[in-house]
Amino acid sequence: MNTTARRDSYDVVVIGAGPAGLAAAATAAEAGLSTLLLDENAGPGGQVWRAIASTPVTKRDHLGADYWAGAELVEAVRSSGAEIIQRATVWSLDKHLEIGVSVGGASFFVKARRVILATGALERPFPIPGWTLPGVMTAGAAQTMLKSSGLVPDGPTVIAGQGPLLWLLAAQILRLGGRIDRILDTTERRNYLAALPHAFAFMTSPYFAKGFALMRQVRAKVPVVSGVTELAAAGDGELATVTYLSGSRRETVPAELLLLHQGVVPNVNLAMAVGIEHRWDELQLCWSPVLDRDCNTSVEGIAIAGDGAGIGGAEAAIVRGRIAARAAVEALAPAAAFKLAPMATFRASLVKAERGRIFLDTLFRPAPQFRIPSDDTIVCRCEEVSAKDILDAVAIGATGPNQLKAYRRTGMGPCQGRLCGLTVTELMAQARGKTPQEIGYYRLRAPVKPITLAELAAVPKTDADVNAVVRG
Amino acid sequence: MTKLADAIIVGGGIHGCSTALHLCLAGMKPVLVEKDYAGRHASGVNAGGVRQLARHVAEIPLSIRSMGIWERIEALVDDSCGFESHGQVLVAENDTEFDACRARVAELNALGFTHEELIDGPELRRLVPAVADSCPGGVVSRRDGAAEPARTTTAIRRKAEALGATVVEGVAATNIRKQDGLWRVDVGADSYAAPVLVNAAGAWAGRIAADLGEPVPVETVAPMLMITSRVPHFIDPVVILRGRKLSFKQFANGTVLIGGGHLATPDQDRNETVLDWRSLAISARTVFELFPVMRSATIVRAWAGIEARTKDELPVFGPSARHVGLYHQFGFSLHGFQLGPGAGAVMTELIVSGGTQTRIGDLGIDRFHSSPP
Repeated sequence: MNTTARRDSYDVVVIGAGPAGLAAAATAAEAGLSTLLLDENAGPGGQVWRAIASTPVTKRDHLGADYWAGAELVEAVRSSGAEIIQRATVWSLDKHLEIGVSVGGASFFVKARRVILATGALERPFPIPGWTLPGVMTAGAAQTMLKSSGLVPDGPTVIAGQGPLLWLLAAQILRLGGRIDRILDTTERRNYLAALPHAFAFMTSPYFAKGFALMRQVRAKVPVVSGVTELAAAGDGELATVTYLSGSRRETVPAELLLLHQGVVPNVNLAMAVGIEHRWDELQLCWSPVLDRDCNTSVEGIAIAGDGAGIGGAEAAIVRGRIAARAAVEALAPAAAFKLAPMATFRASLVKAERGRIFLDTLFRPAPQFRIPSDDTIVCRCEEVSAKDILDAVAIGATGPNQLKAYRRTGMGPCQGRLCGLTVTELMAQARGKTPQEIGYYRLRAPVKPITLAELAAVPKTDADVNAVVRG
Repeated sequence: MTKLADAIIVGGGIHGCSTALHLCLAGMKPVLVEKDYAGRHASGVNAGGVRQLARHVAEIPLSIRSMGIWERIEALVDDSCGFESHGQVLVAENDTEFDACRARVAELNALGFTHEELIDGPELRRLVPAVADSCPGGVVSRRDGAAEPARTTTAIRRKAEALGATVVEGVAATNIRKQDGLWRVDVGADSYAAPVLVNAAGAWAGRIAADLGEPVPVETVAPMLMITSRVPHFIDPVVILRGRKLSFKQFANGTVLIGGGHLATPDQDRNETVLDWRSLAISARTVFELFPVMRSATIVRAWAGIEARTKDELPVFGPSARHVGLYHQFGFSLHGFQLGPGAGAVMTELIVSGGTQTRIGDLGIDRFHSSPP
């Protein structure tokens, strides 16, 4: 396993080895560009194909055919000539395309002529009363344990929320013999109507058949409560009960584990820390980078592919990875572009892969009460700041997320806003009668992932330092 | 439409806000114009050091004046500003540096200043138990401390507004001119006019001064800082080094701020900076050597604030040498935060009374324009 880069600089550095990153790295390397793929996990695959090269789950149908499709792309990258470094945490990227990387407790810098960010998505915060209790976790975290270690819940378990991943996770847990006592579906009833005009495109998309098959499997084994409009976790020091409201029916059920999920949003931290321009996406309710048709950002030399460019799913991510890589090839080695499929082919594939997305985005648009909390519900976990604390700060003059730091230190903890940023933006927008775009987001800072002081202290010295010693 | 005010202040850093607040206390109605928001740049993102220690003699009187205001800051602005007074300690790492400390304290004493005090090794280790044993001593300024910069600047701004200042944020002051005996600036669709103009625009102040015919040798710099995750409490005072670039402070919540003046590359017109990680690594190495307890702490954030540094690293403070009614308050050269409260008070005395008891004569803009003998 590589632990450091063989060269100081590369034509293309791809960050993230999920569908988009794997496709981008394979494409760039196949065209002959020197390519480095940096990935944070122990093996390639990202979240969708997590542990694709190492999972202990051997029965293929337990994880589904879409999961195993990843193995092919991993193989393509491995034979493409791209250099891959796993367990590589990228903690800094600047406008000069210098990248700070940490591997095994040691950091180094590499330079790139082009950078393709494929850092994927994060789960949207789900700030309900009690969401910080031990025993409450995200569906994504549960899926990570399932894929990496084959672990599934065996105590009283409730899954709450909405979206394709929630049903996929439920099906995977059940196939592996795990326990789910109840599913609380928070999809708003009015969303079904709003999504209807887009239903035809969805029915002709690959998601349709798969999605309904999954839901049918799950519903056959687990009671599903739909139309849930209120949700709270409670317990003394750890989760004991989940209370919900559906229609006029309020019920409290015992639970040791509550898995929450209401969709994914682009992981913008690295991109924003470089200064890439983002816009509020009113349909997906998140920040998305401003991109041209080749996936290029507002910062020269940096492209974004995959869900980090706006949620599009794995198939679209692969195509966008190829488009970004082909654009890099066209820019750096135009003569080599003939080795690749024409851009027009990729664009046509993208249209196909994105079919049905508006339907999903409309149907699974999370309800306001699950995005914008009130009263004592915690918003910022790192600094333990509640919704009321933030509204109080707004009342005495805090105008946006960055100003709020002066009052409440929100977003200044180790998570760098990953768990509170969207909530703070929407909460402040609502309180001030502004749009999220007007309110803005935290200014993010490197290191995008924490590094130890000892590690930074061990960073190779500057050329000037070295020269000074030589001369001395 | 032109609105009349008693004074126009350009720049919503701690200096502009403090001058606005003190003008209000003196019964005037100022307007403060800030192109971003108050505390957006250096005033909101600096190390928060409230330091009289190790200052140039020319600014010590202003620093002492300011210290008196810091000690009653909560009564002044209705917010503690996170101000804590655990002293600041300058550490000598060897005997040569310690000798220099001794000479410095003797020099200050001869001038009548007593806030700096020479300390030996045992007293140094009493104040800073975690410091390496090889350090022979240092200097302490016991009334010094630290505050939360964004919180402080925001609180001063808020109080100024509550007392009647008009604060305009998010729009730059443009077309600054004197016409019919009044200073006039355009702020978006509005114009303001006042007999007094205070140039407190930080990194942007040099351009204003130059446009008004008073160029100053000033550059834009962006000193870098980084902060760690929470570590167990191990240090109270702020620590700075005599011989190397480092400042070091642990907050009440356990996080540790590491600074010292290594510079990022500023992009002033885009409000952006590009960090220099190799320089931050030098700071990390210094901390690594001096405070072994910090080695496993994680760095969670690094940043740089944009500000102005003059050629002689002293502020430009006082009336214009060229125009009646124009006052300069900028160029604080990486050490302006502590001076903010006092500078606002003194600036108000200059504007309202035409003079001050606080010695600031060596800080005037005319020092750059004296004609050769």
